[in-house]
Amino acid sequence: MNIVVCVKQIPDPADPPTMDEAKGTLNRNGKLIMDDSDSYGVEMALQLAEQAGGGEVTLVSMAPNNETSGLRTALAMGAAKAVLISDDTLAGSDALSTAKVLARSIERVNPDLVVAATESTDGYTGTTPVQLAELLGWPSVTFAKKISIEDGKVHVQRQTEVGYDDVECPLPAVVTVTAGVVEPRYPSFKGIMAAKSKPVDQLTPSDIGLDASQVGAAGAGQRVVSVEAAPQRASGDVVVDDGDAYQRIVQFLQELKLV
Amino acid sequence: MTIDRILVIAESNNGQVLPASLELLTEARSISDKVDAIAWGKDTASLAAEVGSYGAGRLFDVGDIGESLPGPHVASAIAAIVNSENAPSIILAPTTYDCRDIIGRLSVKIDRPVITNVVGLDQEGDAISSSHVLFGGSQIATAQFTGKMPWIFIVRSKTFTAEPSSGQPAEVVGIQAGDLGATANASIVSHHVETQSGPKLDEADVVVSGGRGLGSQEAYSMVEELAELLHGAAGASRAIVDSGWVPYSRQVGQTGKTVKPTVYIACGISGATQHLVGMKGAKNIIAINKDQEAPIFSVADLGIVGDLHQIMPKLIEALKGLS
Repeated sequence: MNIVVCVKQIPDPADPPTMDEAKGTLNRNGKLIMDDSDSYGVEMALQLAEQAGGGEVTLVSMAPNNETSGLRTALAMGAAKAVLISDDTLAGSDALSTAKVLARSIERVNPDLVVAATESTDGYTGTTPVQLAELLGWPSVTFAKKISIEDGKVHVQRQTEVGYDDVECPLPAVVTVTAGVVEPRYPSFKGIMAAKSKPVDQLTPSDIGLDASQVGAAGAGQRVVSVEAAPQRASGDVVVDDGDAYQRIVQFLQELKLV
Repeated sequence: MTIDRILVIAESNNGQVLPASLELLTEARSISDKVDAIAWGKDTASLAAEVGSYGAGRLFDVGDIGESLPGPHVASAIAAIVNSENAPSIILAPTTYDCRDIIGRLSVKIDRPVITNVVGLDQEGDAISSSHVLFGGSQIATAQFTGKMPWIFIVRSKTFTAEPSSGQPAEVVGIQAGDLGATANASIVSHHVETQSGPKLDEADVVVSGGRGLGSQEAYSMVEELAELLHGAAGASRAIVDSGWVPYSRQVGQTGKTVKPTVYIACGISGATQHLVGMKGAKNIIAINKDQEAPIFSVADLGIVGDLHQIMPKLIEALKGLS
């Protein structure tokens, strides 16, 4: 069972990035880390490969400046190797261009299963994994809250508005996972040391047969025209509870005629 | 490029079009007088009166797709419409699980980008600008398509208000999906409903939500009790859904439901970006949190800094005394 996990390396959400207003894109030039949403996919893939009795977990990532720090985190968790597509021409890529880059890269690995997060923490477009599945000509099951593999099929509990559906799907397939599908492990010291020497195959768009007009800002069919401060809600009264603050809530609800 | 037809994805559940699709039909008819809808399922034709009353002239019927996930079928049918004389200038889809699947596949089939997480549309002549919330609502970005039509937007629910017009039932037009290859091989084996009593989370007038600050799964019963006393619905932050304390169907936020109640009471929720996006539209916000610096207080009309384990029981008792 060979599994690819799509990993996005993003600016640290604890130190939110700024918008580049001229380009209308997020500044991603600082240090990047693995998107926390992807740690669930990495863990799930490692467990599925192990349960299948072997096989490799390969990471695929597109990032600026040959960034590998986020990939090293996932390699330290136990992934075997990584493919990184990085090039100046990729800056400003939209979700569809990103999916094209990932699809071409994944075809080289030829996995049985591709796992991705439902959406990234920084851009949260949430369309890339399904675009990827369509480009590969594969079925997809999104919003998985539980995954198992039996008889060459992936079985998924897929979230719905009212609960979940049990879905089964033959391989190869793309599955997107929600946070909570599994508890991600912390990389061990041994894992961190081993990750330093694991192979990261660095490619450019031309290596995978895409030309510069198809990717990056040149291939994006949309642009951000302005970024403005949102009208702020005026924050109201903030009171420290002295034992009777609950009465303020009662009064507030009475004024709204809700009690 | 001139804006002509608009196609709205009319997702339905139990024979009723989702409110989020009705909101989009309402918006579509304010942009163009040529609005079509597309639906799938066993008895799609029965939706013709409803989508017609919201302004759709035609209802494209993909038909019964059995237990397949709808993404590949509906995307293929829309691609066929795009390649016909009925080609829309704009495609509007609600932010649902199935519509995200449909649009992802459609985007590849017709090689067009998608703009997602739309919280507003603004028309100026033949240009459409979409607005988007950034960084938990502190900034609003405006985006436009620069390439060929159709322009595809996935819109968050409650962006527009659904209002029926006096439209006649839509004309039902059958539309076939093309060859789907392996893409349609995922199928639903069984459905599971996690029941919830009281009003629906996204329709309730009062929403009481709990977060990590509750400290334990057991403490969520206070959230439920308070919600029940106020005839409201109980919600949750992503943190406690991910921890398995409550089912996903209660999650409020970016990856959960968008709520716009008269009053939203956040109990032990710090107010992460991903949560604020789902509840900032509430008319009134009350927050209880022990951390005075919690971001939730910056949007609260009434903020109580204190221990919710002290405050909530007193509040519940006081409300019981009043009812």
